[in-house]
This record gives sequence, C-alpha cells and structure tokens, in this order.
Amino acid sequence: MGIKRNVGLMTGLRYKGKGPMLTFVLHRVGGLGIVTFVATHMLASYLGGQAGILLNSIYEHWAFQIFIFFCALFHAINGLRIVILDLWPKLIEHQREAIWVEWAVFLPIYAIAVMVILRAAQGG
Amino acid sequence: MTTKHRTISIAKRGFDFETAMWYFTRLSALAMYLCAFIGLAGALIMGARTQMNLADIIRWTFMPNPNHVINTNIPDLAPWATVFWKIMGSTFVLFATSHGLHGLLSVLEDYIARPWVRRTLRIIVLVFTLAMIAIGIIMLWTA
Repeated sequence: MGIKRNVGLMTGLRYKGKGPMLTFVLHRVGGLGIVTFVATHMLASYLGGQAGILLNSIYEHWAFQIFIFFCALFHAINGLRIVILDLWPKLIEHQREAIWVEWAVFLPIYAIAVMVILRAAQGG
Repeated sequence: MTTKHRTISIAKRGFDFETAMWYFTRLSALAMYLCAFIGLAGALIMGARTQMNLADIIRWTFMPNPNHVINTNIPDLAPWATVFWKIMGSTFVLFATSHGLHGLLSVLEDYIARPWVRRTLRIIVLVFTLAMIAIGIIMLWTA
C-alpha cells in the first residue's frame, strides 16, 4: 500500500505560500542544517583524528558560523511560534501577526550575532 | 471574520504513534528551551559575564560541555564539569537527538512514497538515533 500524492514535488515547489510558506521552508532547511552539523560534530569529536581536525577548521570558519547560527536561531524561534500556536489552537487566527513578531525577534538577535562573528573574524 | 472552533475528542481522533511523536516534537522543543535557559543562567552565575565572549556563551548554552568553554578566561573548570551539568547535558542530548532525527524522518517521508523504503528508513533512523544518544552520553561522562 503506497501513499497517493495529489501534488508532485515540482508542483509543490512552485506553491506560492508567501510568509508562512517561507517559515515552513526555512524551518526544514534549518532543521536539516542542525541535524547535519550536530551529527558530524559529535562523530568528529568521538572519533577524533584527521577528520576531526578538518571538520573543526570548517566549524571555526566565519561563513559556517553565520550559516549554522541562522539555522539554530531561526529553528528555535520559529519552533516556539509553532509550539504556541499548536498547543493553543485558538491563536491560529493570529498566525500572520505571529510571523511578524517572530521576524521582529529574530532579526535584531541575528544581526548582533553576525556583527560579533564578523568582528571576531577580522581579529577582534 | 468569525471562525468557528471545532473540538474533536482524542478518542474520536485516535491516538497512535504519529500523534504521540507530534506531541513529543513540541514538548521536547519546550524542554530544550528550558535546558538552554538553565545553561545560560548557570553560565552567567559561574562568571561568564566577565570571563567569556558571546560565541562561547552560545556554545555552552546549546550544550553544557566543559570542552566548550576550555578556551576562555575561566580560571577553574571544576564548577562547569559537575554531575549536575553532566545530567543537564545528557537530558539535552536525549531530547535533541530524538527530536532532530524524528524531524529528519518526517522530512524524508514527505518526499518518499514507496512503503519498503519508508520501512527501511525508519529502522535506519531508529538505530542512528540510539547510536547518537549513546555516543553523546558517553562523551559527556568520560570527557
């Protein structure tokens, strides 16, 4: 018994869901980014050796830090919005406003972190 | 715009493994928020405010492992390596690994329809989850 799909992947990608769709996509991308990073980071420090040193040099790069902090912070803040709206379903009426609040929380924190990361990359 | 709220009892909806994991994903997210805030508060109490930079505080907040603060100006690592922080780190590993790998599985299952592939994936993800939890906890307690 397979699963019947009414919409294929390519049609799905063309879906224009605007703000909520954007958070859905970023939540998935962020989640996969965190899983990949945490899994390789744990395996690298568990196994050690040359692979561990190579991976550490990637983690310490400023571009990687900007990417992974985006994943972690967005996934955490968007996840909190999902938890609140899912556990108190009556609030779903305000989901668009909730997404604006979410960006208002995310952007300043992320901007400060990026500034700190870049300043550290330039040598303090 | 008025919206009518419908409430369907859990008995009518059915409560299966997927529903349980739906709740688990949301509740483990809240648990991880709690772990992170305890880690952050603990770091600030133990002297992070003057002895650590932002990046080190973030690293400690996401995983209270003394190896994450080894390159800071903290004079004594002993308070950062107590049994309390090991238990806190193990709890975090438990929630993060199961939450994250179940999330990976739900993303994959959204794009994979063949039943035998889905079954195989579930077994692989389950084995990988148990292995990563074991590795994480072993590293926290033997480091």
